Amino acid sequence: MRKALTYPSHTELSSMSMRRKKHVWTALFLILLFAWSLWQTESSLLDFINGFSNMFDLLIQMVPPNWAYFDNVVPPMLDTIRMALLGTTIGAILAIPFALLSASNVFKNKALYYPIRFILNLIRTIPELLLAAIFVAILGLGPLPGIFALGIFSMGIIAKLTYEATEGIDPGPLEAMTAVGANKIQWIAYSVVPQVTPYYISFVLYALEINVRAAAILGLVGAGGIGEYYDKTLGFLEYDKVSTIIICTLLVVLAIDYVSMKLREKLL
Amino acid sequence: MIEFKQVSKIYPNGVVGLDNINLTIKKGEFVVIVGLSGAGKSTFLRSINRLHEITSGEIIIDNTSITKAKGKQLLKIRRDIGMIFQSFNLVKRSTVIRNVLAGRVGYHSTMRTLLGLFPPEDKKLAMRALERVNIIDKAYSRSDQLSGGQQQRVSIARALAQEAKIILADEPVASLDPLTTVQVLEDLKTINVELGITLVVNLHSIELARQYATRIIGLQEGRVVFDGPVEQATDERFKEIYGQPFEVKNNEESVNLPISH
Repeated sequence: MRKALTYPSHTELSSMSMRRKKHVWTALFLILLFAWSLWQTESSLLDFINGFSNMFDLLIQMVPPNWAYFDNVVPPMLDTIRMALLGTTIGAILAIPFALLSASNVFKNKALYYPIRFILNLIRTIPELLLAAIFVAILGLGPLPGIFALGIFSMGIIAKLTYEATEGIDPGPLEAMTAVGANKIQWIAYSVVPQVTPYYISFVLYALEINVRAAAILGLVGAGGIGEYYDKTLGFLEYDKVSTIIICTLLVVLAIDYVSMKLREKLL
Repeated sequence: MIEFKQVSKIYPNGVVGLDNINLTIKKGEFVVIVGLSGAGKSTFLRSINRLHEITSGEIIIDNTSITKAKGKQLLKIRRDIGMIFQSFNLVKRSTVIRNVLAGRVGYHSTMRTLLGLFPPEDKKLAMRALERVNIIDKAYSRSDQLSGGQQQRVSIARALAQEAKIILADEPVASLDPLTTVQVLEDLKTINVELGITLVVNLHSIELARQYATRIIGLQEGRVVFDGPVEQATDERFKEIYGQPFEVKNNEESVNLPISH
Protein backbone atom coordinates (compact mmCIF):
# COMPACT_ATOMS: atom_id res chain seq x y z
CA MET A 1 0.00 0.00 0.00
CA ARG A 2 1.32 3.38 -0.90
CA LYS A 3 1.54 5.88 1.80
CA ALA A 4 -0.25 9.01 0.87
CA LEU A 5 2.03 11.99 0.86
CA THR A 6 0.62 14.80 2.85
CA TYR A 7 1.65 18.29 2.08
CA PRO A 8 1.42 21.02 4.65
CA SER A 9 -1.70 23.02 4.11
CA HIS A 10 -1.57 26.70 3.30
CA THR A 11 -2.22 27.81 6.86
CA GLU A 12 0.42 25.45 8.24
CA LEU A 13 2.95 26.82 5.77
CA SER A 14 2.28 30.38 6.71
CA SER A 15 2.53 29.63 10.42
CA MET A 16 5.86 27.86 9.80
CA SER A 17 7.31 30.80 7.96
CA MET A 18 5.97 33.10 10.68
CA ARG A 19 7.81 31.09 13.29
CA ARG A 20 11.00 31.15 11.23
CA LYS A 21 10.72 34.90 10.89
CA LYS A 22 10.37 35.19 14.66
CA HIS A 23 13.59 33.21 15.19
CA VAL A 24 15.47 35.44 12.76
CA TRP A 25 14.26 38.56 14.54
CA THR A 26 15.24 37.17 17.94
CA ALA A 27 18.74 36.28 16.71
CA LEU A 28 19.15 39.68 15.13
CA PHE A 29 18.04 41.39 18.31
CA LEU A 30 20.53 39.43 20.43
CA ILE A 31 23.42 40.21 18.05
CA LEU A 32 22.55 43.90 18.13
CA LEU A 33 22.36 43.86 21.94
CA PHE A 34 25.79 42.21 22.13
CA ALA A 35 27.37 44.68 19.71
CA TRP A 36 25.78 47.64 21.44
CA SER A 37 27.06 46.47 24.85
CA LEU A 38 30.60 46.03 23.47
CA TRP A 39 30.50 49.49 21.96
CA GLN A 40 29.06 51.17 25.06
CA THR A 41 31.60 49.57 27.41
CA GLU A 42 34.41 50.40 24.96
CA SER A 43 35.66 46.85 24.96
CA SER A 44 36.87 45.14 21.86
CA LEU A 45 37.41 41.50 21.05
CA LEU A 46 40.86 42.44 19.73
CA ASP A 47 41.98 43.43 23.23
CA PHE A 48 40.85 40.08 24.47
CA ILE A 49 42.81 38.20 21.82
CA ASN A 50 45.92 40.35 22.33
CA GLY A 51 45.66 39.69 26.06
CA PHE A 52 46.13 35.98 25.55
CA SER A 53 49.91 36.22 25.54
CA ASN A 54 49.78 38.09 28.86
CA MET A 55 47.68 35.35 30.28
CA PHE A 56 50.34 32.79 29.44
CA ASP A 57 53.03 35.02 30.94
CA LEU A 58 51.00 35.21 34.11
CA LEU A 59 50.48 31.47 34.28
CA ILE A 60 54.20 30.89 33.79
CA GLN A 61 54.95 33.29 36.64
CA MET A 62 52.48 31.48 38.85
CA VAL A 63 54.31 28.15 38.65
CA PRO A 64 55.90 26.92 40.71
CA PRO A 65 53.91 28.30 43.63
CA ASN A 66 55.94 29.81 46.43
CA TRP A 67 55.57 27.02 49.03
CA ALA A 68 57.58 29.00 51.62
CA TYR A 69 54.74 31.51 51.62
CA PHE A 70 52.36 28.79 52.81
CA ASP A 71 53.18 29.50 56.47
CA ASN A 72 52.07 33.11 55.99
CA VAL A 73 48.83 32.02 54.35
CA VAL A 74 47.62 29.62 57.04
CA PRO A 75 46.70 32.15 59.78
CA PRO A 76 44.58 34.42 57.50
CA MET A 77 43.04 31.31 55.93
CA LEU A 78 41.98 30.10 59.38
CA ASP A 79 40.69 33.61 60.03
CA THR A 80 38.63 33.34 56.87
CA ILE A 81 37.07 30.08 58.04
CA ARG A 82 36.35 31.59 61.46
CA MET A 83 34.72 34.60 59.82
CA ALA A 84 32.54 32.29 57.74
CA LEU A 85 31.56 30.25 60.81
CA LEU A 86 30.72 33.33 62.90
CA GLY A 87 28.88 35.01 60.04
CA THR A 88 26.85 31.88 59.31
CA THR A 89 25.97 31.47 63.00
CA ILE A 90 24.74 35.06 63.25
CA GLY A 91 22.79 34.64 60.02
CA ALA A 92 21.30 31.33 61.15
CA ILE A 93 20.04 32.83 64.42
CA LEU A 94 18.65 35.98 62.81
CA ALA A 95 16.96 33.89 60.11
CA ILE A 96 14.71 32.00 62.54
CA PRO A 97 12.26 34.82 63.42
CA PHE A 98 12.31 36.12 59.85
CA ALA A 99 11.55 32.69 58.40
CA LEU A 100 8.67 32.04 60.82
CA LEU A 101 7.17 35.49 60.32
CA SER A 102 7.35 35.08 56.52
CA ALA A 103 5.59 31.71 56.39
CA SER A 104 1.93 32.16 55.55
CA ASN A 105 0.93 28.90 57.25
CA VAL A 106 2.48 29.98 60.56
CA PHE A 107 1.27 33.57 60.72
CA LYS A 108 -1.80 33.96 58.56
CA ASN A 109 -1.76 37.74 58.59
CA LYS A 110 -0.85 39.19 55.18
CA ALA A 111 -0.05 42.55 56.73
CA LEU A 112 2.70 40.77 58.65
CA TYR A 113 4.32 38.38 56.20
CA TYR A 114 4.33 40.58 53.09
CA PRO A 115 6.44 43.38 54.67
CA ILE A 116 8.82 40.84 56.24
CA ARG A 117 9.27 39.09 52.90
CA PHE A 118 9.89 42.45 51.27
CA ILE A 119 12.69 43.19 53.75
CA LEU A 120 14.20 39.76 53.04
CA ASN A 121 14.10 40.39 49.28
CA LEU A 122 15.69 43.78 49.81
CA ILE A 123 18.54 42.28 51.83
CA ARG A 124 19.19 39.66 49.19
CA THR A 125 19.61 42.28 46.46
CA ILE A 126 22.70 43.70 48.20
CA PRO A 127 25.89 41.86 47.14
CA GLU A 128 27.99 40.70 50.10
CA LEU A 129 30.98 42.80 48.94
CA LEU A 130 28.88 45.95 49.08
CA LEU A 131 27.56 44.95 52.52
CA ALA A 132 31.15 44.44 53.67
CA ALA A 133 32.21 47.84 52.29
CA ILE A 134 29.34 49.49 54.18
CA PHE A 135 30.26 47.73 57.43
CA VAL A 136 33.93 48.67 56.93
CA ALA A 137 32.81 52.28 56.67
CA ILE A 138 30.86 51.90 59.93
CA LEU A 139 33.14 49.67 62.01
CA GLY A 140 36.57 50.24 60.48
CA LEU A 141 38.98 47.74 58.92
CA GLY A 142 39.29 44.16 60.15
CA PRO A 143 37.34 40.91 60.26
CA LEU A 144 34.43 42.29 62.33
CA PRO A 145 32.70 44.15 59.45
CA GLY A 146 33.26 41.03 57.33
CA ILE A 147 31.54 38.86 59.90
CA PHE A 148 28.53 41.20 60.07
CA ALA A 149 28.33 41.38 56.28
CA LEU A 150 28.31 37.58 56.05
CA GLY A 151 25.74 37.40 58.86
CA ILE A 152 23.27 39.69 57.12
CA PHE A 153 23.92 38.09 53.74
CA SER A 154 23.39 34.52 54.96
CA MET A 155 20.37 35.55 57.04
CA GLY A 156 18.71 36.56 53.77
CA ILE A 157 19.45 33.21 52.13
CA ILE A 158 18.61 30.98 55.11
CA ALA A 159 15.40 32.85 55.97
CA LYS A 160 14.13 32.73 52.38
CA LEU A 161 14.84 29.02 51.90
CA THR A 162 13.50 28.12 55.35
CA TYR A 163 10.22 29.96 55.00
CA GLU A 164 9.61 28.29 51.65
CA ALA A 165 10.31 24.90 53.22
CA THR A 166 8.03 25.82 56.12
CA GLU A 167 5.17 26.54 53.75
CA GLY A 168 5.57 23.04 52.35
CA ILE A 169 5.26 21.11 55.62
CA ASP A 170 2.41 18.70 56.40
CA PRO A 171 -0.51 20.78 57.74
CA GLY A 172 -1.88 17.79 59.70
CA PRO A 173 0.25 18.17 62.84
CA LEU A 174 -0.48 21.92 62.82
CA GLU A 175 -4.20 21.19 63.00
CA ALA A 176 -3.62 18.53 65.66
CA MET A 177 -1.71 20.96 67.89
CA THR A 178 -4.46 23.58 67.51
CA ALA A 179 -6.96 20.94 68.62
CA VAL A 180 -4.83 20.04 71.63
CA GLY A 181 -5.15 23.61 72.92
CA ALA A 182 -1.53 24.64 72.46
CA ASN A 183 -0.72 28.35 72.51
CA LYS A 184 1.05 29.90 69.53
CA ILE A 185 4.59 29.29 70.81
CA GLN A 186 3.84 25.70 71.84
CA TRP A 187 2.09 25.21 68.53
CA ILE A 188 5.21 26.31 66.63
CA ALA A 189 7.55 24.29 68.85
CA TYR A 190 5.56 21.06 68.55
CA SER A 191 4.29 21.08 64.98
CA VAL A 192 6.39 23.46 62.86
CA VAL A 193 9.87 23.12 64.38
CA PRO A 194 10.26 19.33 64.28
CA GLN A 195 9.10 19.25 60.66
CA VAL A 196 11.31 22.05 59.38
CA THR A 197 14.52 21.51 61.41
CA PRO A 198 16.28 19.13 58.99
CA TYR A 199 15.68 21.58 56.13
CA TYR A 200 16.89 24.49 58.24
CA ILE A 201 20.15 22.75 59.19
CA SER A 202 20.73 21.83 55.58
CA PHE A 203 20.26 25.48 54.52
CA VAL A 204 22.65 26.65 57.24
CA LEU A 205 25.32 24.28 55.93
CA TYR A 206 24.66 25.50 52.41
CA ALA A 207 25.08 29.11 53.63
CA LEU A 208 28.37 28.11 55.24
CA GLU A 209 29.65 26.80 51.90
CA ILE A 210 28.76 30.10 50.23
CA ASN A 211 30.20 32.12 53.12
CA VAL A 212 33.63 30.45 53.00
CA ARG A 213 33.90 31.48 49.35
CA ALA A 214 32.55 34.96 50.05
CA ALA A 215 34.85 35.41 53.07
CA ALA A 216 37.86 34.72 50.86
CA ILE A 217 37.29 37.89 48.85
CA LEU A 218 35.94 40.22 51.56
CA GLY A 219 39.55 41.30 52.29
CA LEU A 220 39.48 43.17 48.97
CA VAL A 221 37.39 45.86 50.64
CA GLY A 222 39.34 45.66 53.90
CA ALA A 223 37.02 43.33 55.76
CA GLY A 224 39.64 40.82 56.92
CA GLY A 225 40.53 37.28 55.94
CA ILE A 226 42.61 35.88 53.12
CA GLY A 227 41.31 38.50 50.67
CA GLU A 228 43.75 41.08 51.99
CA TYR A 229 46.62 38.80 50.96
CA TYR A 230 45.23 38.50 47.45
CA ASP A 231 45.14 42.26 47.28
CA LYS A 232 48.69 42.65 48.62
CA THR A 233 50.41 39.98 46.53
CA LEU A 234 48.59 40.95 43.33
CA GLY A 235 49.59 44.56 43.98
CA PHE A 236 53.26 43.60 44.25
CA LEU A 237 52.98 41.32 41.20
CA GLU A 238 54.09 38.34 43.31
CA TYR A 239 52.23 35.78 41.25
CA ASP A 240 53.97 32.77 42.77
CA LYS A 241 52.51 33.79 46.13
CA VAL A 242 49.10 34.38 44.54
CA SER A 243 49.04 30.82 43.28
CA THR A 244 49.88 29.56 46.78
CA ILE A 245 46.89 31.44 48.14
CA ILE A 246 44.65 30.17 45.34
CA ILE A 247 45.63 26.55 46.01
CA CYS A 248 45.09 26.99 49.74
CA THR A 249 41.64 28.56 49.19
CA LEU A 250 40.71 25.83 46.77
CA LEU A 251 41.59 23.12 49.27
CA VAL A 252 39.62 24.74 52.07
CA VAL A 253 36.55 25.37 49.91
CA LEU A 254 36.59 21.82 48.57
CA ALA A 255 37.00 20.34 52.06
CA ILE A 256 34.14 22.38 53.52
CA ASP A 257 31.88 21.70 50.53
CA TYR A 258 32.54 17.98 50.85
CA VAL A 259 31.86 17.81 54.59
CA SER A 260 28.76 19.96 54.25
CA MET A 261 27.45 17.91 51.33
CA LYS A 262 27.90 14.65 53.24
CA LEU A 263 26.14 16.07 56.30
CA ARG A 264 23.25 17.34 54.21
CA GLU A 265 22.85 13.96 52.51
CA LYS A 266 22.49 12.39 55.95
CA LEU A 267 19.88 14.97 56.99
CA LEU A 268 17.34 14.78 54.19
CA MET B 1 -22.04 17.68 77.25
CA ILE B 2 -22.09 19.35 73.86
CA GLU B 3 -25.00 21.62 72.98
CA PHE B 4 -25.68 22.95 69.49
CA LYS B 5 -28.01 25.97 69.53
CA GLN B 6 -29.27 27.08 66.12
CA VAL B 7 -25.85 26.52 64.65
CA SER B 8 -25.33 27.49 61.02
CA LYS B 9 -22.23 27.79 58.92
CA ILE B 10 -22.13 29.38 55.49
CA TYR B 11 -18.81 29.36 53.68
CA PRO B 12 -17.60 32.59 52.04
CA ASN B 13 -18.44 31.08 48.62
CA GLY B 14 -22.06 30.66 49.69
CA VAL B 15 -21.98 26.90 50.31
CA VAL B 16 -24.03 25.91 53.33
CA GLY B 17 -21.93 23.83 55.71
CA LEU B 18 -24.34 23.55 58.60
CA ASP B 19 -27.99 24.52 58.50
CA ASN B 20 -29.68 25.42 61.82
CA ILE B 21 -28.53 22.52 63.96
CA ASN B 22 -30.09 22.04 67.39
CA LEU B 23 -29.03 19.04 69.42
CA THR B 24 -27.40 17.91 72.63
CA ILE B 25 -24.80 15.20 73.04
CA LYS B 26 -24.70 13.90 76.59
CA LYS B 27 -21.69 12.74 78.53
CA GLY B 28 -20.66 9.16 77.75
CA GLU B 29 -22.52 8.87 74.47
CA PHE B 30 -20.89 7.24 71.47
CA VAL B 31 -22.27 9.30 68.61
CA VAL B 32 -21.54 8.46 65.03
CA ILE B 33 -22.20 11.08 62.37
CA VAL B 34 -23.06 9.61 58.99
CA GLY B 35 -23.77 11.17 55.65
CA LEU B 36 -22.50 11.27 52.10
CA SER B 37 -19.35 13.18 51.17
CA GLY B 38 -19.98 16.90 51.46
CA ALA B 39 -22.90 16.46 53.84
CA GLY B 40 -21.15 18.60 56.44
CA LYS B 41 -19.81 15.84 58.74
CA SER B 42 -16.33 17.30 58.94
CA THR B 43 -17.65 20.84 59.41
CA PHE B 44 -19.93 19.58 62.19
CA LEU B 45 -17.05 17.92 64.01
CA ARG B 46 -14.60 20.79 63.58
CA SER B 47 -17.10 23.34 64.77
CA ILE B 48 -17.20 21.56 68.16
CA ASN B 49 -13.60 22.48 69.01
CA ARG B 50 -13.72 25.58 66.80
CA LEU B 51 -11.20 24.45 64.22
CA HIS B 52 -13.93 25.86 61.98
CA GLU B 53 -15.81 29.01 62.94
CA ILE B 54 -19.59 28.95 62.72
CA THR B 55 -21.46 31.89 61.20
CA SER B 56 -24.41 31.93 63.62
CA GLY B 57 -25.73 30.20 66.70
CA GLU B 58 -23.79 28.93 69.66
CA ILE B 59 -21.99 25.77 70.76
CA ILE B 60 -21.74 25.06 74.47
CA ILE B 61 -19.28 22.57 75.92
CA ASP B 62 -19.92 21.54 79.54
CA ASN B 63 -21.86 24.76 80.21
CA THR B 64 -19.21 27.04 78.70
CA SER B 65 -19.73 28.65 75.32
CA ILE B 66 -16.81 27.82 73.04
CA THR B 67 -18.31 30.16 70.47
CA LYS B 68 -17.80 33.15 72.78
CA ALA B 69 -14.55 31.92 74.36
CA LYS B 70 -11.44 34.01 73.77
CA GLY B 71 -7.71 33.53 74.24
CA LYS B 72 -6.76 31.30 77.15
CA GLN B 73 -10.32 30.21 77.78
CA LEU B 74 -10.60 28.82 74.26
CA LEU B 75 -7.31 26.94 74.69
CA LYS B 76 -8.57 25.52 77.97
CA ILE B 77 -11.80 24.25 76.41
CA ARG B 78 -9.83 22.72 73.54
CA ARG B 79 -7.52 21.02 76.04
CA ASP B 80 -10.50 18.98 77.22
CA ILE B 81 -11.41 17.87 73.68
CA GLY B 82 -9.16 15.31 72.01
CA MET B 83 -9.13 14.89 68.27
CA ILE B 84 -8.30 12.01 65.96
CA PHE B 85 -7.87 12.54 62.23
CA GLN B 86 -8.13 10.47 59.08
CA SER B 87 -4.45 11.10 58.30
CA PHE B 88 -3.33 10.59 61.94
CA ASN B 89 -1.58 14.00 61.99
CA LEU B 90 1.45 12.90 63.97
CA VAL B 91 4.80 14.60 63.53
CA LYS B 92 6.34 11.75 61.55
CA ARG B 93 9.94 12.58 62.37
CA SER B 94 9.31 12.70 66.12
CA THR B 95 9.21 9.70 68.43
CA VAL B 96 5.92 8.15 69.46
CA ILE B 97 6.29 9.27 73.08
CA ARG B 98 6.96 12.85 72.03
CA ASN B 99 3.81 12.84 69.91
CA VAL B 100 1.83 11.56 72.87
CA LEU B 101 3.36 14.10 75.26
CA ALA B 102 2.39 16.84 72.79
CA GLY B 103 -1.12 16.24 74.11
CA ARG B 104 0.05 17.53 77.50
CA VAL B 105 1.26 21.00 76.45
CA GLY B 106 -1.99 22.66 77.46
CA TYR B 107 -1.32 21.75 81.10
CA HIS B 108 2.08 23.41 81.43
CA SER B 109 3.81 26.75 81.03
CA THR B 110 5.19 27.70 77.63
CA MET B 111 8.78 27.67 78.96
CA ARG B 112 8.47 24.21 80.43
CA THR B 113 7.03 22.71 77.24
CA LEU B 114 9.61 24.47 75.06
CA LEU B 115 12.36 22.75 77.04
CA GLY B 116 10.44 19.47 76.92
CA LEU B 117 10.50 19.24 80.72
CA PHE B 118 7.40 17.16 81.33
CA PRO B 119 6.92 15.98 84.92
CA PRO B 120 7.37 12.25 85.58
CA GLU B 121 3.59 11.87 86.11
CA ASP B 122 3.06 13.05 82.54
CA LYS B 123 5.46 10.45 81.21
CA LYS B 124 3.69 7.76 83.22
CA LEU B 125 0.36 9.00 81.89
CA ALA B 126 1.69 8.89 78.32
CA MET B 127 3.02 5.37 78.83
CA ARG B 128 -0.29 4.21 80.32
CA ALA B 129 -2.09 5.69 77.32
CA LEU B 130 0.22 3.78 74.97
CA GLU B 131 -0.33 0.63 77.02
CA ARG B 132 -4.09 1.01 76.70
CA VAL B 133 -3.87 1.05 72.90
CA ASN B 134 -1.35 -1.80 72.96
CA ILE B 135 1.59 -0.04 71.44
CA ILE B 136 3.88 0.62 74.39
CA ASP B 137 6.78 -1.30 72.81
CA LYS B 138 6.93 1.37 70.09
CA ALA B 139 7.22 4.29 72.52
CA TYR B 140 10.71 5.29 71.42
CA SER B 141 10.36 4.47 67.72
CA ARG B 142 10.10 7.23 65.18
CA SER B 143 6.45 7.64 64.23
CA ASP B 144 7.05 7.19 60.50
CA GLN B 145 8.28 3.65 61.17
CA LEU B 146 4.79 2.64 62.31
CA SER B 147 2.00 1.26 60.15
CA GLY B 148 -1.17 3.30 59.58
CA GLY B 149 -3.14 1.44 62.22
CA GLN B 150 -0.34 1.83 64.76
CA GLN B 151 -0.08 5.54 64.01
CA GLN B 152 -3.81 5.93 64.55
CA ARG B 153 -3.49 4.22 67.91
CA VAL B 154 -0.70 6.65 68.83
CA SER B 155 -3.05 9.51 68.02
CA ILE B 156 -5.68 7.91 70.28
CA ALA B 157 -3.01 7.73 73.00
CA ARG B 158 -2.35 11.43 72.47
CA ALA B 159 -6.01 12.21 73.09
CA LEU B 160 -5.94 9.97 76.20
CA ALA B 161 -2.79 11.62 77.56
CA GLN B 162 -4.57 14.91 77.04
CA GLU B 163 -7.12 13.64 79.59
CA ALA B 164 -9.84 14.74 77.22
CA LYS B 165 -13.45 14.48 78.32
CA ILE B 166 -14.64 14.44 74.73
CA ILE B 167 -12.90 12.83 71.77
CA LEU B 168 -13.73 13.86 68.22
CA ALA B 169 -12.71 11.48 65.46
CA ASP B 170 -12.87 12.59 61.83
CA GLU B 171 -13.03 9.52 59.60
CA PRO B 172 -10.57 7.70 61.87
CA VAL B 173 -10.59 4.49 59.84
CA ALA B 174 -10.93 5.79 56.28
CA SER B 175 -7.27 5.11 55.49
CA LEU B 176 -7.04 1.78 57.29
CA ASP B 177 -7.55 -1.81 56.18
CA PRO B 178 -10.57 -3.78 57.51
CA LEU B 179 -8.65 -5.54 60.28
CA THR B 180 -7.03 -2.38 61.70
CA THR B 181 -10.37 -0.61 61.27
CA VAL B 182 -11.88 -3.02 63.78
CA GLN B 183 -8.94 -2.66 66.17
CA VAL B 184 -9.12 1.13 66.16
CA LEU B 185 -12.89 1.22 66.61
CA GLU B 186 -12.62 -1.39 69.39
CA ASP B 187 -10.08 0.86 71.13
CA LEU B 188 -12.44 3.81 70.85
CA LYS B 189 -15.35 1.75 72.15
CA THR B 190 -13.31 0.57 75.16
CA ILE B 191 -12.30 4.12 75.98
CA ASN B 192 -15.92 5.17 75.76
CA VAL B 193 -17.20 2.36 77.98
CA GLU B 194 -14.39 2.18 80.54
CA LEU B 195 -13.41 5.82 80.90
CA GLY B 196 -16.78 7.36 80.14
CA ILE B 197 -15.29 9.65 77.50
CA THR B 198 -17.86 11.11 75.11
CA LEU B 199 -17.11 10.15 71.51
CA VAL B 200 -18.24 11.91 68.37
CA VAL B 201 -17.08 10.01 65.31
CA ASN B 202 -17.54 10.64 61.60
CA LEU B 203 -17.92 7.51 59.53
CA HIS B 204 -19.29 6.97 56.12
CA SER B 205 -20.20 3.36 56.71
CA ILE B 206 -23.62 2.88 58.27
CA GLU B 207 -22.65 -0.73 58.96
CA LEU B 208 -19.77 0.25 61.25
CA ALA B 209 -21.88 3.01 62.77
CA ARG B 210 -24.49 0.45 63.81
CA GLN B 211 -21.84 -1.79 65.34
CA TYR B 212 -20.23 0.79 67.59
CA ALA B 213 -22.52 3.75 68.13
CA THR B 214 -25.10 4.32 70.82
CA ARG B 215 -26.64 7.07 68.74
CA ILE B 216 -26.50 7.90 65.06
CA ILE B 217 -26.89 11.35 63.54
CA GLY B 218 -27.46 11.55 59.79
CA LEU B 219 -26.53 14.70 57.94
CA GLN B 220 -27.52 15.85 54.49
CA GLU B 221 -26.54 19.21 53.03
CA GLY B 222 -25.76 20.48 56.52
CA ARG B 223 -29.12 19.50 57.99
CA VAL B 224 -29.84 16.80 60.56
CA VAL B 225 -32.02 14.27 58.71
CA PHE B 226 -31.76 11.48 61.25
CA ASP B 227 -31.07 11.47 64.96
CA GLY B 228 -31.78 8.45 67.04
CA PRO B 229 -30.58 5.27 68.68
CA VAL B 230 -28.98 2.53 66.61
CA GLU B 231 -32.15 0.39 66.59
CA GLN B 232 -34.01 3.02 64.58
CA ALA B 233 -31.20 3.42 62.05
CA THR B 234 -32.41 0.66 59.78
CA ASP B 235 -31.59 0.27 56.10
CA GLU B 236 -35.22 1.00 55.21
CA ARG B 237 -35.22 4.20 57.20
CA PHE B 238 -32.02 5.40 55.57
CA LYS B 239 -33.26 4.50 52.13
CA GLU B 240 -36.33 6.55 52.89
CA ILE B 241 -34.25 9.55 53.96
CA TYR B 242 -31.57 9.53 51.33
CA GLY B 243 -33.71 8.16 48.53
CA GLN B 244 -31.03 5.59 47.70
CA PRO B 245 -29.18 2.79 49.42
CA PHE B 246 -27.02 4.78 51.80
CA GLU B 247 -23.97 2.58 52.09
CA VAL B 248 -21.04 3.96 50.15
CA LYS B 249 -19.85 0.70 48.72
CA ASN B 250 -16.16 0.80 49.14
CA ASN B 251 -14.23 -2.39 49.82
CA GLU B 252 -12.51 -0.93 52.83
CA GLU B 253 -15.52 0.13 54.80
CA SER B 254 -18.20 -2.32 53.84
CA VAL B 255 -16.34 -5.45 54.95
CA ASN B 256 -18.12 -6.57 58.05
CA LEU B 257 -15.81 -8.35 60.40
CA PRO B 258 -16.94 -10.09 63.57
CA ILE B 259 -16.30 -8.12 66.73
CA SER B 260 -14.12 -9.86 69.24
CA HIS B 261 -15.13 -9.47 72.83
